[in-house]
Amino acid sequence: MRNRNSDGPKESGESRLKMSKKFPENSVGLVKPQSYHFDQTLELRSGESLSEFELMVETYGELNAEGSNAILVCHALSGDHHAAGFHSEEDDKPGWWETCIGPGKPFDTNKFFVVSLNNLGGCAGSSGPNTINPQSGKYYGPDFPVVTVRDWVNSQVMLMDRLGIRKWAAVAGGSLGGMQVLRWAISYPERLDYAICIAAAPKLSAQNIAFNEVARQSIISDPNFHDGHYLEKGTSPQQGLTLARMVGHITYLSENAMRAKFGKAVKELNGTNFGRDLRTGKLNFGFNVDFQVESYLRYQGERFSKNFDANTYLLMTKALDYFDPSVDFQGDLSNAFTNSDCRFLLMSFSTDWRFPPERSRELVENLLSAGRRVSYLEIEADEGHDAFLLPVPRYIKALSLYMDKIHREITRHAA
Amino acid sequence: MRPDLQIIARLIDPGTRVLDLGCGDGSLLDFLQEQKSVSGLGLEIDPDNIESCLDKGVDVIEQNLDSGLDNFRSASFDTVLLAQTIQALTRPDLLLDEMLRIGQTGIVTFPNFGNWKSRVYLASKGRMPVSKFIPYEWYNTPNIHFCTVKDFDELCRQKSFQILGRTVVDSEHQGNWAMRHWPNFLGEIAIYHLTRREEA
Repeated sequence: MRNRNSDGPKESGESRLKMSKKFPENSVGLVKPQSYHFDQTLELRSGESLSEFELMVETYGELNAEGSNAILVCHALSGDHHAAGFHSEEDDKPGWWETCIGPGKPFDTNKFFVVSLNNLGGCAGSSGPNTINPQSGKYYGPDFPVVTVRDWVNSQVMLMDRLGIRKWAAVAGGSLGGMQVLRWAISYPERLDYAICIAAAPKLSAQNIAFNEVARQSIISDPNFHDGHYLEKGTSPQQGLTLARMVGHITYLSENAMRAKFGKAVKELNGTNFGRDLRTGKLNFGFNVDFQVESYLRYQGERFSKNFDANTYLLMTKALDYFDPSVDFQGDLSNAFTNSDCRFLLMSFSTDWRFPPERSRELVENLLSAGRRVSYLEIEADEGHDAFLLPVPRYIKALSLYMDKIHREITRHAA
Repeated sequence: MRPDLQIIARLIDPGTRVLDLGCGDGSLLDFLQEQKSVSGLGLEIDPDNIESCLDKGVDVIEQNLDSGLDNFRSASFDTVLLAQTIQALTRPDLLLDEMLRIGQTGIVTFPNFGNWKSRVYLASKGRMPVSKFIPYEWYNTPNIHFCTVKDFDELCRQKSFQILGRTVVDSEHQGNWAMRHWPNFLGEIAIYHLTRREEA
């Protein structure tokens, strides 16, 4: 059952040698995703259901004999199952949480068995708008049902059962991933020991939803969108998806991070130019790219739009907008955590203005009100919301200490 | 284990919920969790201390006590601790109110500035006391609100706090007969066990 293919090449000493030349020592190295087919019906929050579905999964490290060292990592808006390592020798872009997963890293693959999947509705191999609907034989496209965080967690439970894991040592994630962690703690408290929720929020603010709506409108108004049926027409609303990502990307960075990133050239002049570096060194008096930041955003947006599915972007932003576990509890979030007897670690970043520290403190307050056991750190970092993906020293250190302690507990229980 | 922490530990019932305000490296909560199976939580702002807590498996929340404790519900803990921290607060009086709102009882420890050593230091040198125990100068000390045992007694009286117990010890955390009789003169560290007086 266990997917051992993804453990990096074990076939021969030769390939391991090759790998160590190519990939950093503290990387899980070469990994291979594996698809799992489920023919159980998954009832969705919307009232619709999926009679069968695929989940694309990667795992790193080894499950111990007791099955007690498994960690689930949940991805955010644009993430997928590829959380760590590389897909080929030529691959120069590691998984999205490479800073945290690998030998000697916080989610130490010498100690833990780490599971990562592409969520339903995603576009990296799991059932979603860009896969074929087995019932119609055509692309799901816009007909893929709107899935919620709750639906994802329900599908993750099915995956967990398939992998033979009774209880996660920890479920971890940042941003939208952190929301899945919260849902785990609320709906399946008996199936995880630790909930690690980073740079998240109890629900989106009006401003968060507003940015998502701009992103969705950019996609929907692209003439190549064809009401979501673009794959059948052999086209893609790339312009709209580029715009959506550009808007999103601005919200992931802090103002400080942008100043620093695009304010290098004239630093020696007078400290800072507020990140207003020019692309060619002069103004063009036209409507093309003048500033570095414009060129960067266009590059990021265009690169993203080539690899991501527009319908998935719509679905993911809706899952974010709809997330609010307090709705089942007359708006009182603390009541949602009444049975969440797992332990919680929350972290936020000082310059994150998408899900700022106040949103994490709101979660902490509700967890405390529910009498839950929680630790909370507010990390000084210039990188904004993106900080949870980056090697911010204090963040990495704290997460490492926390995970080490969890591992010591696992070892003690096993002994 | 620091001796003042041992004295505190004696005041804590097994299996209770304990909130430690300014929990430092988490030693006390770690001890209480191991020895008395308490459910502990610390508040701390120093990053190194916070890391020590995580390392020990002591739950800790990064929170500045001067910003208040609004995020805690009334009567949500059995005991709230404030060990060697009160003198560094902007408004110790307000925090004491909060302590006894959140906890059934509170334990406060502080360096007693009424101690004879401080009196002799100030009287003979005419300068603010600096000792091995409190090694700061007046301008860089985090300790901005020193008080004496008498001062604290008076504050408890004003606030109608009930003093369940008071112990004073020297810097080696030893107590004796003389200290019990002249606590404000001989005691170097004061340990108060408080509760809010029941409304009549």
